[in-house]
Order: sequence, then C-alpha cells, then structure tokens
Amino acid sequence: MRRRRFPWFVISALVVGAGFYVALPGFAATVGPVTDSIGVVKIAKGQPVTVAYWMVVAGPDASLGIDTRRGVEIAMEGKGGKLLGHPIKLIGEDTGCNAEGGVTAATKLSANRDIVAAIGSNCSSEAVPGAPILWKAGISTVSPSNTAPKLTAADRGPTFDGYLRTAHNDKVQGRVAAEFAVKVPKVKRAATIHDGSPYAEGLANVFAETLKKLGGTITAQEAVSPTDTDMRPVLTKIAVGKPELVYYPIFISAGGHVTRQAKEVSGLANVKLMGADGMFSPDFMKAAGDAAVGMYHSSPDLSPEALGPKYKDFLDKHQKKYGEKPLAPFHAHGYDAANMIFAAIEKVAMKDASGNTYIGRKALRDALFATKNFKGLTGTLTCDKFGDCADPKIAIYQTESADPAKWDPGKNPKKIYP
Amino acid sequence: MRGAWARKGTLVDLYLWAFRVVVILVVIWGTFGTLRAGTYSREHWIDFAVFGLSQGSIYALIALGYTMVYGVLRMINFAHGEVFMSGAYTAYFVADAFGRSGYLNRNPLVSYLAILVVAMLTSTAIALVVERLAYRPLRRAPRLVPLISAIGASFFLQYAFRGLYGSGFKAYPEPEVLKGKWVIAGIGILRSQVIVVVGAALMLLVLYWFVMRTKTGMAMRAVSEDKDAAALMGIDVDRVIVITFALGAAMAGAAGVLYALVFKQVHFFMGFVPGIKAFTAAVLGGIGNVPGAMLGGLFLGLVESVGPALFLDGLGIVAPYQLKDVIAFTMLVMVLIFRPSGILGERLVVKKA
Repeated sequence: MRRRRFPWFVISALVVGAGFYVALPGFAATVGPVTDSIGVVKIAKGQPVTVAYWMVVAGPDASLGIDTRRGVEIAMEGKGGKLLGHPIKLIGEDTGCNAEGGVTAATKLSANRDIVAAIGSNCSSEAVPGAPILWKAGISTVSPSNTAPKLTAADRGPTFDGYLRTAHNDKVQGRVAAEFAVKVPKVKRAATIHDGSPYAEGLANVFAETLKKLGGTITAQEAVSPTDTDMRPVLTKIAVGKPELVYYPIFISAGGHVTRQAKEVSGLANVKLMGADGMFSPDFMKAAGDAAVGMYHSSPDLSPEALGPKYKDFLDKHQKKYGEKPLAPFHAHGYDAANMIFAAIEKVAMKDASGNTYIGRKALRDALFATKNFKGLTGTLTCDKFGDCADPKIAIYQTESADPAKWDPGKNPKKIYP
Repeated sequence: MRGAWARKGTLVDLYLWAFRVVVILVVIWGTFGTLRAGTYSREHWIDFAVFGLSQGSIYALIALGYTMVYGVLRMINFAHGEVFMSGAYTAYFVADAFGRSGYLNRNPLVSYLAILVVAMLTSTAIALVVERLAYRPLRRAPRLVPLISAIGASFFLQYAFRGLYGSGFKAYPEPEVLKGKWVIAGIGILRSQVIVVVGAALMLLVLYWFVMRTKTGMAMRAVSEDKDAAALMGIDVDRVIVITFALGAAMAGAAGVLYALVFKQVHFFMGFVPGIKAFTAAVLGGIGNVPGAMLGGLFLGLVESVGPALFLDGLGIVAPYQLKDVIAFTMLVMVLIFRPSGILGERLVVKKA
C-alpha cells in the first residue's frame, strides 16, 4: 500500500512544480524599491537600458527583419537615444524565419538578465516556440510582424502571457484579401498555397473561408515547403481545378519560384496571382522577375491617407538615415512596438536616491497589456487581453514594374483597394 | 535469401516484411484511386514527368560527385552541395554582366558557354582547395574524421559566400530565347527544361565515356577497387583522387548553371537541399556506381514530381505536395530494404573493408 502511494505523491509534486514553472517564470524578488512576482531588472546609474530584437536579419528573408529593426532604430532616435536618463542599448539575434532559429535566438536572449523587453519575432513560426522561452525568463516581447491568428487566440495558453503584437491579425488580412478578390477582379474560383508555416497556413485558411462565405469556390488548398524550388508539379495539380486566382501568402524565396513558374504551367497562363505581406518587398521583385508584373499583394496600408503626416516625417528620417525606401511593410509596426515598450518602461520604472532604475518584469508586462489609445504610426493602438494591439488597415497593391529600383509602395506596387 | 529468413525469422524480419507489404499496398491503392478518379489527363502526367526529369537530371549531375568521391575514397564529401552553390553563385556575376550589357540576348550560346566555363572552373577550384586542405591531411585517419571535416568545410563555404556576397539572394537574368515552349512530338515542353535535360544527358555521356574508355578513367576504377594495389601498379593515387574531385566538381558547377536556368534564384544556402537530395540519389542508385548515380537522380526527380499526385491523391490526402520529401525518402528506405546496395549496387567491388 505504501509503495503504491509513494509514486502518486512524486507525480503530483511534479505536476504542481511544472505548473509553477509554466505559470510563474523567474522568481519573485525585491530589489531596491520594487517588488515583483517574476523578477526585477536593476539598471545602475549611467548603465544602458537593454532592449533586444529577435528578427530575420540574414538569409533570403532578411529584408523583413532589417525593415523592422530600422523602425526600432528610428524610434530610439526619436527618444534621443535615452530613456529615464539611461542610454538605450539595442542588441539582437537573427531568427532565420523558422522555428529552429526562433528557439536559438530566444534561448540566447533569455540567458541575458539585462534585457528589459524584446521586440520580435518577424515570422510567426519563430514566435510559436520562441515567445514562451522568453516569457519563462520573464521577458515580454512585442512583435512588429507576426500575423498568424493562433498567436493571440483565446486558447494560446499561459506560456504566451508575455507576448503582444503591433502587427495586424491575419483574420483581418485574409478577409480583406478575399473580399477584394470577389469584388474587384470578380473571382469565383480560387486556389491557395501555403508553406506549412503558421503564418501562411492561417492566412490561406482565413482567405479560403471568407471566399466561400462570399459565394466563391476554393478549387484546391495546396502546400509546399519553404525550401522547395520546383513548384511546377504542384502548380500543375492546381491547374486541374481551373482556378481564376491563386493566393499564396508565403515568403520571398518560395513565393518567387511560384510566381515565375505559374505562367509556365499549362492551364495557368491567364490566372491571377496574389501574395501577401510576407513577400511585399523589392527583394521579391528580384526573385520573381517580370512574372510579378500585374500580381496582387495584400499588405498593411501605408498610404498617407491612412497614416497621416507623421508617417511622412518617418519616411524622411528613414531616407536620410539609410538612403533608401523601406524594404518591407513592417517598419512602422517596429517603430510602434519600440515606442510602446518605451512608454511602458517609463510608466513602471522606479528610481532610488542614487539614480539607479528598477523595472519589475511582471509590472512591465501588465503595463504593456494595459496600453490603451496609444497614438502610434500605424494608428491608435489598444491591446486586448490576448496581446492584439494593432489598429489594422489592410490594402491591396498591384505591381506595375518588377524593377527593384522602382520600388515605391503606394505607387509601384500601386495601391488599388480600398 | 528466403531460406535464411525461414531459418532465423526474427521479429525484426517479420516487421520489415510487414512494412514492405504495407507500403506496396498503400502505393497500389493510392495509384488505383488516383487513376480511377481520373483527375489528371494524359497531358498532366506528361507535364509531371517532364518536370521530374529536369529536376532529376540536376540531381544526377550533383550525385556524380558524391558517388565518384565515395568510389575512390570511401568517404561522403558533404561539402559537395556547397561546391555546387559556389559555381552557380560565382557564375551569376558573369550572367548578370552579360544580362546588363544585352550580350545575353544577342548571343545566348556564347554567353552561356562562358557562364558554364566560369561555374565549372570555380567549382573545381573550390573542390580542389577543400580536398587539399580538409581531406588529404586526413587520408589515413579513421573514417569519421574526414566526414566531420567535410561538414566543417561545408559550413565554412556557406558562410564565406555569405560574407563575400551578402545574405540576400540574386536572380539570374532570363534570355529571350529561353522563354516559352518548344513543341516536341506533340508535347509542349519549356525550353529551359529541354536544355537542362539535353545538357545533363550530354555531360553524363561524356563522363561515362571518360571513366570507361580513357586511361585516367581506368586508373580511377583501379583506385576504387584497391588503392594499395593500384599504387603498386604504378598509378599515382593522389593524382587520381585530385582528378576525381575535379571531375565531380565540374559536374556540380555545370549542374549549378542548369539549376539557375530553371530556377533563377541563387543564394549562399542554396546548395544544402540539392546536396542532400543528390546524396540520396547516389545512395538510391548504389553509391560508388556512376550509372547508378545518374539513374538514382532521375528516379528521385521523377518520384518527387509524379509521386504525390499518383500515390497520395488517391488516398484523399490534402495538399500532397507538402509530402514529396516523405515520398522521396520512403522510396530510399524501400530501395535499401529490397536492395541494400542500391538499384545498381556496387557490382565491381566485392571485398570492402
């Protein structure tokens, strides 16, 4: 009898322990004037406030990460490089736009106890395993470009408690894309392709559901893998269903292959092509070549009518600092993510008599989630309890010239909807 | 074989037999389902096959490098995918210059020969440097040591190219002559794919002739049978090994240009997946066997292209093309179960360490 009871005790202890481990990252601590249930960051006088990015800054999808990082850098400049009298220090890791890269970057960052908050990730596939790792270390992260619905779904679980985003939820983007397809090019039959990533799969599904609701037919819901190069077989399979439009919200490299090869497959010569924000970049024009002319993209609306004069100032600063136009559509979201974090830090930080600053991690997380009517570049941000903060504005663009040098979102690709 | 099985039929044997039967049943059932549903017309099947052949001939060219190096050294040159990448990447700059000046459209044949030569020379040079620095000093080391060295060389090359040319990708220009289709025997085939299949077939023939009919080729075969005996017969083993590496690398460089003809994009990481696939093809055909590598490459390309539609569609699997690697590697497992030495096996050499 005793021998039987003993393992039960061990197991229940393990379960309780694991529960604490998941629910309560870090350890309760009192440092200086601040007591926090998961930890306190102390910044000594003259030391920098460390903010980390985890973004795709290398590899074929680097334009996405570089774009958002520039948004963060401009936000830092806007603060004069200082927060509460401390210089702001930006460190970061590359995430590679895949789950493994997300884990590596998050693990590295979580080992650095100086990090107050993080900005990232870029690809939703990185955030799925990465955000819980950061939160276990008590680091809240605000993503400028993750759009997969499941990251802020009601059932996302406590491991995502430290995760927010300024990017739109793809429930919005997929809906707008499908509405456009039905209203403007009058598409009745469409096919979708995703690459198995949470971003692409979520977006393709929302598109398909909305199109069906609007009376259209989905002829095929296909998938490729991000490293595939030969898309012709899968396109041939899609051609069998005779779609009028193919929606493939994937990334630059694979998306380039689909775009180039679609017109070569018999039966798809006149099909309309549509991508999403993941490949809304001059790099995509390089990858797809002239085959991209005429194709549609759904992407955040960055036109002056939608964003107002503040965005114009931002673009001027961008041009001056980097000598080129933004590389992808999420720089403004990166800028907002950074400013949201700065505002939350200012709200919760406490100083002691000798000029040291203390920031409670749980307090910072709560302050981020309490963000309300925050006037950002992308609109007025209000976070809900699952971390969706965006004020989503989605537009449809059409490419007129595939020359990367002529990249000027709004004009080329031209905004055609709404 | 059967007698041996009956005598010591263990659980593992039983499991393997069940596995074979299940896979074959699934394949037959899926094929039957697809054909009965009649979703695809004859043209569709021909398209699938042509796409598969062009991808397969690129695999075949890369696979030759794996198989020849294995033949003489009994080692897997895991840096071979990067040798392929280096040729394609470097030749991009030549192609880009031709594209910008308009010479590519005026004189496509000469420009592509120049691009091909640059790619083959770069790949060869890189392979020889790797052989000299990373493999030759380890010639007498245990077999695992050069393998690790090869993986190191592979990473080194990837990140060296990333450092040199940046981490983004580049796109080859597209000459006017290669746009559109040629109609051959009533079937419209993309021009670039015709060039790839014909080009690869020519290279394979030349290589086969070289290995089978020339004196150097004979020396290579001798070294692959027994290095020490070949040395005693007056063959300069080091020289033969260098030639083997050079030949394999030249084929990989050519494959790089053909790859760029079909797929256009090049970047520093592009060699990884084709490298793994070509290694699979080499094992599939029987590693160490030159015609085996060709056959394995074509077979793998075909299975990847036709397989998902033929086997999986009939089973009602959603989005079967996501699973094309599963099919390819299941094929590999099947071939290795039925014929552990690959399709063509290592017929020449019976005694192996």
